[in-house]
Amino acid sequence: MTELDDIDRRLLRLVEGDATLSAGALGRALGLGQPAAWRRLKRLEEAGVLSGRRVDLDVEALGFGVTVFLGIKLATKGRVSLEDFERAITAIPEVQSVSHVLGLYDYRLRVVARDLADFERILRRRIMTLPGVGQIESNVLLSEERLPGPLG
Amino acid sequence: MLDDIDRRLLRQLQADPKLTTSALAARSRVTAQMAARRLEKLRAQGILRGIHGVIDWRALGYEVEVSLRITLDKTQRTAFDDFIAAARQVPEVIEIQTFLGRVDVRLSIIARDMKHYQEIYRDRVLALPHIADIEALMEVARIKTPEGLPI
Repeated sequence: MTELDDIDRRLLRLVEGDATLSAGALGRALGLGQPAAWRRLKRLEEAGVLSGRRVDLDVEALGFGVTVFLGIKLATKGRVSLEDFERAITAIPEVQSVSHVLGLYDYRLRVVARDLADFERILRRRIMTLPGVGQIESNVLLSEERLPGPLG
Repeated sequence: MLDDIDRRLLRQLQADPKLTTSALAARSRVTAQMAARRLEKLRAQGILRGIHGVIDWRALGYEVEVSLRITLDKTQRTAFDDFIAAARQVPEVIEIQTFLGRVDVRLSIIARDMKHYQEIYRDRVLALPHIADIEALMEVARIKTPEGLPI
């Protein structure tokens, strides 16, 4: 596990806000030289703390009017291979993310669609037809915010 | 609206957000100047809102992630606002979403271990206002993550 000091935490907050900031710009914001900022950034990347980048797009402007979260319970556990289900579900382009969860449902999915009619088509034709799918719960996303987490 | 070039650029950028503008241009089969100009325009239009660093909380010792699905007491007119304002003050909350459906709000909470989660749940989550019901889902594994849009 990687231990962070205060400068690392501030650096992570900056990169979380904008991953395209140069080491020079990060250094200036943190009161460090460019090489020192670069070394810290490299260290956090190599330790896997900064695991990648996420492109934030205006989904509505791109024509995706609805985002729906689905809770899926498998009906016939044991008879359906989880790997087969996972492979089939991740192959659907509108399915943005899939989590295997413990609790009321087995999987949690994030699905984008052009509108509710499009969502219904994806749900009926692509998701409900998968082998082993049991109970499904849909919740339409209204708002979403990401927080910096325990970096303060 | 978007043309083919914009779509190609955004598709390639989503597939690999670390690409430099020139590499992105090459993969999208346009010149670097064209790519830079288009990206600038997409940013100005608010379509490309930003590129964010992703933190792997596990690498920082946060082994547990729980999704709390919360139903609020909607007889209180300010229930949503009060609840969300209070939830923002809990450092371990990394995501707040509101829904139309059986669930009103979902919080993503990270914790170092189950004992730590228990503390957060008892001391911070149960103290949040206007909660009518809570269901917890524990994340076991992320099977598909990048949340790319099918552009």
